[in-house]
Amino acid sequence: MDILVVLEDSNGKIHRLGLEAIVGAQKLASSHNLSVSALAIGSSADDLSSEAAQYNIDRVLKVKNDLVSMYSSDGYTEVIRQIIKRESPKYIFFGHTYQVRDFVPKLSAKLMKPFLADSVAFEVGGDSAISTKQMYNAKLLSDVITTQEPPYLVSFQSAAFNSDNIQSGSAQIEDYDISFDQSIIKTKSEEPFKESGEELDLTSADLIVSVGRGIGKEENIPLAKDLAETIGADLSSSRPVVDSGWLPSVHQVGSSGQSVAPKMYLALGISGAIQHVVGMKGSKNIVAINKDPDAPIFELADYGVVGDLLEILPKLTEALK
Amino acid sequence: MKIAVLIKQVPGSESPLNIDSSEKGLEEGQIAYVINESDNYAIEEALQICDNNGDGEVVIVSMGPQRAQKVIREALAKGAHRAIHIITGSDEFADPLITASALANAVKEEKFDLVFSGLQSDDLGFGQTGVILGEMLEMSTATLAMSTEINDGKIRVKRELESGYFQWVTMTLPASISVQSGCNTPRYPSLKGIMGAKKKEITEVEFNDGDAFQAVKKLYAPNNSKETMMIEGSTDQIVESLVNILKNEIKIA
Repeated sequence: MDILVVLEDSNGKIHRLGLEAIVGAQKLASSHNLSVSALAIGSSADDLSSEAAQYNIDRVLKVKNDLVSMYSSDGYTEVIRQIIKRESPKYIFFGHTYQVRDFVPKLSAKLMKPFLADSVAFEVGGDSAISTKQMYNAKLLSDVITTQEPPYLVSFQSAAFNSDNIQSGSAQIEDYDISFDQSIIKTKSEEPFKESGEELDLTSADLIVSVGRGIGKEENIPLAKDLAETIGADLSSSRPVVDSGWLPSVHQVGSSGQSVAPKMYLALGISGAIQHVVGMKGSKNIVAINKDPDAPIFELADYGVVGDLLEILPKLTEALK
Repeated sequence: MKIAVLIKQVPGSESPLNIDSSEKGLEEGQIAYVINESDNYAIEEALQICDNNGDGEVVIVSMGPQRAQKVIREALAKGAHRAIHIITGSDEFADPLITASALANAVKEEKFDLVFSGLQSDDLGFGQTGVILGEMLEMSTATLAMSTEINDGKIRVKRELESGYFQWVTMTLPASISVQSGCNTPRYPSLKGIMGAKKKEITEVEFNDGDAFQAVKKLYAPNNSKETMMIEGSTDQIVESLVNILKNEIKIA
């Protein structure tokens, strides 16, 4: 086994980042003449493996042990550890999801092999591997090198690869038997749930005015609200605004909030941390106002203003009335 | 209840980030260093558990150069009892396995019931150290904690999942939990706290560099591939241009 892509369940389908990781694996496989395998674990393993079997993959492994019907970091770590021992894959690819952030560091510690997390690109040399990763809140990029022996554990940031480029094919699905003692799982998980309360669907919004920490304080939120009302836009925010209690969490856009793709996304005082960007980079027109000229949001914006929101917003709202 | 909190000193979000001549690190001179933001929530979670129990000890554990003692004192001023500081020569070990090994060596005799850490550091952002340390110390682990409840030698953790979902997970102590930003309201140090912190003990531990598992080969500024039209001028000129773009180019109405 050369490359193993670990798939994650997202409502009975392969998580979007898993599809992107398959594309990354197919790319590395074709340039280095390697084989690609995929692994589906848990109660949705039937669905995930059938979906994976339509792609250009050599082997699809399906693990359906009762102990991993529900996700646990200990259980998933143990399954993959056993597969690594038996199959000796050189590269293990993941999407950089919340679940992967939860269990892959544990796998890294068990194997004492580095976890090249949140990669935007990955290259293989003679006896080394290089992961390119954002650092300092996405303001800089870094090439991180490891000269360890394989396996290399690598997770990919959203959009590191384009899932439209996935190659079709047909793969054999193998029921893969893994057994281990129940005592390995030290946690007891309850059913996932959503908080009840206010609902706000931003996913189909046409215009969005979004506030970030750069708005300064809670008392300034009405400046953004007024602008949104004036142009008939929905109001959203980045995580720090919700964390500070300035807006309820239903307004949050990003990896832990909603994903939006409006005609216009007006980012007010949003720095552009990746956790936010993954939720809005599909917007057709991005307009950013920020006082920091180095804010990463300007790399994404179609139109940018370096300036003071408190001066610009009241005048802009007035001019649009 | 004996609780460790892992904290890190990182460049403040508005500090200029100039890459040094080695192309592996930053020019430190112009950087204003601060406590990593999500670590504030980890400190608060630990202090609240002690407040609620009426007893317990909160020990700040940090790895970094001498200057990191500024944020260690800040954490002590908030109410943590003492600190362990693993002193490194330079700042950047882009190597979570090395960092976690050094932390594990420094704290293994302490027999902590709980270890709290922030979700990830705002500098390198690997987001792994808390879990790796937990595994090395044979603790239960959980990440992205939004709230915690302790009962009967167990901790019940509300974890944040993707797309607005949450999940409760229960595990036995000892446990290493990394917390999500926004899980509580971090306190500010009181004047009395600040005065008291000066007398609190910081145990300095020497860092023994092992063989690296990974390293930064090169640090560089991203290549901006997208063409951004920057709007400049006085506030009135900027507003006029924005109105024109919104109405005539994006056609918002």
